[in-house]
Amino acid sequence: MSDHDYRPKSKVGQWFNDRLPLLTLANHLTDYPTPKNLNYWWTFGGILTFCLITQIVTGLTLAMHYIAHADMAFESVEHIMRDVNYGWLIRYIHANGASMFFLAVYIHIFRSLFYGSYKSPREIIWILGIIIYLLMMAAAFMGYVLPWGQMSFWGATVITNLFSAIPLVGEGIVTWLWGGYSVDNPTLTRFFTLHYLIPFLILGLVVLHIWALHVPGNNNPVGIDIKKPSRDTVPFHPYIVIKDGFALLMFMIVFAFFVFYAPNILGHADNYIEANPMVTPAHIVPEWYLLPFYAILRSVPDKLLGVVAMLSAILILAVLPWLDTSKIRSAVFRPLYKQFYWILVADVLILGYVGAMPAEGLYLLIARVATAYYFLHFLVILPVLGFKEKTLPVPLSITEPVLGGSPNLAAARDKESKIE
Amino acid sequence: MKNLYKFFSIIVLIIASNSYSFAAEKVEYLKTDWSFKGLFGKFDRASLQRGYQVYTEVCASCHSMKYLSYRNLSEKGGPEFPEDQAKAIAASFEVTDGPNSDGEMFNRPGKLSDKFVMPYDNVKAAQAANGGAYPPDMSVLVKARGGGVDYIYSLLQGYEEAPEGVTLDDGVYYNKYMYGNKIRMAAPLSDGLVEYGDGTNATVEQMSKDVTTFLMWSAEPHLETRHQMGFKAIVYLIILTILVYFSMKKIWSRVESEV
Repeated sequence: MSDHDYRPKSKVGQWFNDRLPLLTLANHLTDYPTPKNLNYWWTFGGILTFCLITQIVTGLTLAMHYIAHADMAFESVEHIMRDVNYGWLIRYIHANGASMFFLAVYIHIFRSLFYGSYKSPREIIWILGIIIYLLMMAAAFMGYVLPWGQMSFWGATVITNLFSAIPLVGEGIVTWLWGGYSVDNPTLTRFFTLHYLIPFLILGLVVLHIWALHVPGNNNPVGIDIKKPSRDTVPFHPYIVIKDGFALLMFMIVFAFFVFYAPNILGHADNYIEANPMVTPAHIVPEWYLLPFYAILRSVPDKLLGVVAMLSAILILAVLPWLDTSKIRSAVFRPLYKQFYWILVADVLILGYVGAMPAEGLYLLIARVATAYYFLHFLVILPVLGFKEKTLPVPLSITEPVLGGSPNLAAARDKESKIE
Repeated sequence: MKNLYKFFSIIVLIIASNSYSFAAEKVEYLKTDWSFKGLFGKFDRASLQRGYQVYTEVCASCHSMKYLSYRNLSEKGGPEFPEDQAKAIAASFEVTDGPNSDGEMFNRPGKLSDKFVMPYDNVKAAQAANGGAYPPDMSVLVKARGGGVDYIYSLLQGYEEAPEGVTLDDGVYYNKYMYGNKIRMAAPLSDGLVEYGDGTNATVEQMSKDVTTFLMWSAEPHLETRHQMGFKAIVYLIILTILVYFSMKKIWSRVESEV
């Protein structure tokens, strides 16, 4: 925050700004020096903000028509789909918006992993991000319960039952969560309340996330610290605004395609069957974005250890800045890490795939190997790699490689443009 | 570019993995041309009207359609019966209303605002009348089955003699498209079962197609609006994206020239 000396031009502006420095904030946000070499993977922060706002606005509208009652929830959703003006549009945006949100957040997280954005001095931004991600999963899970279809009901039953794995108090906790002896109306009403609350918590955390970002400034594809402002940076407005806007529009085209032409493809057909505690679906599967963790859960034969493994898989990310011992941020200059990075990407995808399959035979074996590798990557490979890896020389500034540095730098730059 | 390719294959894989539940089933569904598929897909009005006839003459004796109202039959994007005809259809059903000022429930002819009258009072009554099996409500049936319209269309034509080695209990039938091949519904259609007003030959295939079209509409009554709006929205977004792209190039040219 180098712009505290900003002073509005008009007298009124000065009067107001001395009392509440909103204009200083606005000035900071427009002038905020941003590395000029950010590629399109960096546009997902803005896209995610759009996703959050979209979910909140459509969600508020849906809440005006939805009835959180076990006997009426399913019917009220059909009422929204049929009789509320453009209710089908609002609901499909909200339902597919959740998938789009996760698609964007996974790209955002994997961008961070590739370019080492979680490393010093950005650990707090990263940890805030992990908390946001956890809350997103909670919100998405509870949101999926609200239509009170078969997958809603049985998904809620399976996930809440995980808490019964806790020794001694487990059963008690589950009963407390349910508000009864099975998933029923009290469960639905509290899930609705929490589903309503969490997005606003996320919004608050997003403000902190951005605040924390604006202290050290953005990381960049080269992963070096840069002088701000300098020839390496551009003001946020108009340069980044227009670039984020362009990327957001591309994203919205994909989003619109799902909403208008394949609105149910990401959901499960069983959720159009009203919840029935007497009939269990053939396969109970969570939404696609939770599948990798579901696979980890099921790959451990012991229930308690499975839950521990699943939670660890997420929480391990919070200590990632200290597990990764390499001083170099960007994978562009880490030839070995780059390969392990792509193996991890494949590993998570495989976990997602087997998470959708029945937990038996070959699928179970694959899930176990992939789970083991997931932890191996974070607990062994990353710490060791920091000491063993021969990294490529890192340029001194963003402009340097272009001005004709060493051959290595030219190669690095070349690689960069390919990623863009 | 290679990395970009990797990323997209990832995304495709994640999405593809979601359609797992039918990858396991080896049966190929019967295919037909659905007029409502595609960017500009619309319902075939005549087929919807015939489909309603099949529903009401055949399916409705067991299957409810509780989320639909008679007014929907004359609404835009649906079968679009003239309002008089929809009123007449509604009036042909008896609806229980009340209580009146004497505190009594009474029967009256249906109105446009009434929901489709259900064949049974409740699920238990439906089960009792159907050997314990509940004929599912058909309002959103197409969306509640993984194979969607193709599955329903195939199922209606998938009744066969049970192959050797398969024993069927009383009231259970063999259907090659049903999950597990055993179904509690007898083959509902046979050639000439209904007499179409427009002279269309009522073959099993034709009736299956018509009633499935009708079920698609009942599950997605705003499908036509959705397709029309979607096309406009996407064209609008593409044009805006192109404009923003050139603005971006213009703005960034100041920086690139400086570098």
